[in-house]
Amino acid sequence: MTIHSERGSAVPAPVPDAAGRFGVYGGRFAPEALMAALDELTAEFEAARRDPVFTAELTELLTTYAGRPSLITEARRFGAEAGGARVLLKREDLNHTGSHKINNVLGQALLARRTGKTRLIAETGAGQHGVATATAAALLGLECTVFMGEVDTERQALNVARMRMLGAEVVPVKAGSRTLKDAVNEAFRDWVATVENTHYCVGSTMGPHPFPLMVREFHRVIGVEARAQVMELTGKLPDAVLACVGGGSNAIGAFHAFIPDTSVRLIGFEAAGDGVETGRHAATVTGGSVGVIHGMRTYLLQDEEGQTIESHSISAGLDYPGVGPEHSWLHDTGRAEYRPVTDAQAMEAFALLCRTEGIIPAIESAHALAGALQVGRELGPDATLLVCLSGRGDKDMHTAAAYFGLMPEGDAK
Amino acid sequence: MSVKAAYDRARAENRAALVGYLPAGFPSVDGAIEAATAMVEAGCDVIEIGLPYTDPMMDGPTIQDAVHRALVGGVHLADVFRTVEAVAATGAETLVMTYWNPVDHYGVDTFARDLASAGGTGLITPDLTPEEAGPWLEASDAHGLDRVFLVALSSTDERLDKITSVSRGFVYAASLMGVTGARTAIDTGAPRLVERTRAVLDKNGRDLPVGLGLGVSDGAQAAEVAGFADGVIVGSAFIRRLLDAPDTASGVAAVRALAADLAAGVRAGRG
Repeated sequence: MTIHSERGSAVPAPVPDAAGRFGVYGGRFAPEALMAALDELTAEFEAARRDPVFTAELTELLTTYAGRPSLITEARRFGAEAGGARVLLKREDLNHTGSHKINNVLGQALLARRTGKTRLIAETGAGQHGVATATAAALLGLECTVFMGEVDTERQALNVARMRMLGAEVVPVKAGSRTLKDAVNEAFRDWVATVENTHYCVGSTMGPHPFPLMVREFHRVIGVEARAQVMELTGKLPDAVLACVGGGSNAIGAFHAFIPDTSVRLIGFEAAGDGVETGRHAATVTGGSVGVIHGMRTYLLQDEEGQTIESHSISAGLDYPGVGPEHSWLHDTGRAEYRPVTDAQAMEAFALLCRTEGIIPAIESAHALAGALQVGRELGPDATLLVCLSGRGDKDMHTAAAYFGLMPEGDAK
Repeated sequence: MSVKAAYDRARAENRAALVGYLPAGFPSVDGAIEAATAMVEAGCDVIEIGLPYTDPMMDGPTIQDAVHRALVGGVHLADVFRTVEAVAATGAETLVMTYWNPVDHYGVDTFARDLASAGGTGLITPDLTPEEAGPWLEASDAHGLDRVFLVALSSTDERLDKITSVSRGFVYAASLMGVTGARTAIDTGAPRLVERTRAVLDKNGRDLPVGLGLGVSDGAQAAEVAGFADGVIVGSAFIRRLLDAPDTASGVAAVRALAADLAAGVRAGRG
């Protein structure tokens, strides 16, 4: 697929190619049992995205249910702390269910229904994708099972309750590190056994082809809207687009419409946990190496024998040892930059946004906000930064309150 | 040397081959070697040594548990090669079953070279399909190794053609749409999958055995599968014996007894 630009320029290499490869990344490293389903999904997705009935139905749901287009908020007081740069927040936190995840899930759920599937499964880290999937399943009358690492069910208990309230079954995964990567393994296992009636609603731009392409296409709306909104507001393109990167879905959605705009820097901020140098982090591009995980070739955290290294981040949503293959490709081609942000830097930015703008961000998004503080100070007061505020912080209040010592005596864990 | 030789010997005896799986390093490196040796002595024709991996996407709880224990126990690739060497020394054809990343990371050609020099016969690659297998096709040719790809109930005839045309040693038919683990009944789609795979092989003039895996746990099931497949592949049931045993010695004894039961099964299967 060629990336089309409204300005008439086009990026030369079609990515992904027919085999789902972004350069050397992506592809399909999947059990044979899934290959027929992946072929079917690829064909159905290609047909659906060209079908005006499907796109109209998706657009209507995004508009009347999810709340699109999402707002752009100018963060003036926050910007003053970011070297005086003009900081524009793309408010994905205002979407129904509180994050960008709903864009992709509504698309995939409609596609699942179109292909006659009656059940959705999903993996989730922080619970945002699980809540979005449970929501779409309820809306479309589909069964729903969400796999979540046992550790994450504890730190995101509120989202577990939300999913159950919406009628989903939440399965705590006790294998391995009991976090997001193990939930992904478990979801694949379920899918292999149930592929006849089940669609695996993958939550990020990851997995075997066509998932990285499909998820990107459902999230492109973020950047397409934001580009037009920023142009209207400022009369020009932003100097940089900033987003947090775990698997990388909100980042690819925010970046994609700007890829042909070579004057716009695209910067992804990875979760550096205690610091990349400590080994306790989830900064896959910065601190990982190329390999195969969860059906794709990409950067991942692995040891000298190719065993996955467990990731660490204060943000359950970024706590994943891999990254979407398109980000690996954007990194290698130099079109996007990836930088690490530690837990401490993210939490500082988290608190700052609360105090300066009256917005409590998701801890994931706080990584991009920490990036805005850095980049704003580098580029100075003439710069305009577009920051994807990927989600709201309600789900993270327990973590944040404990971090800042705001819990009443005896309540802090 | 190819694993097909083991299938040919079994065929000469008018029976199916018995293929046993164990991960290296479980219950310990030496314990796995002992158990695999017992399996060979009790009648397994072929041994698959699993390479323990942190993200065993296709495996059910039994194998996940064993592999996790092997990794926690500190198993390394050198131990896998040592296990292959010891098991191959028994005379049984010995393959490594592995997810792709450890091989990719080690270097495909280097891995193939080291496997061959340890006496290994080839690789079984559950998450590598022919589309992504280019470097492995080259390395396995260069080092004379078998390459066992999987076919599934959902594989189209076109895919069966593509998979079997690059396979060497045998074709691994996954009998159920699901992960590894013992079952109480063999799926009725299994004979049909074996039949379809053979039809494609015949059409292309290829003489390659078809082994059936996923779900066999006792001699009676082995006999049933031996009635229509060239090989019966058993993994989780062996591991279950080791997991349930109070110590390695009694685990190995239970593994030996199961292998004997299954070996009798593959001989009874064709009456």
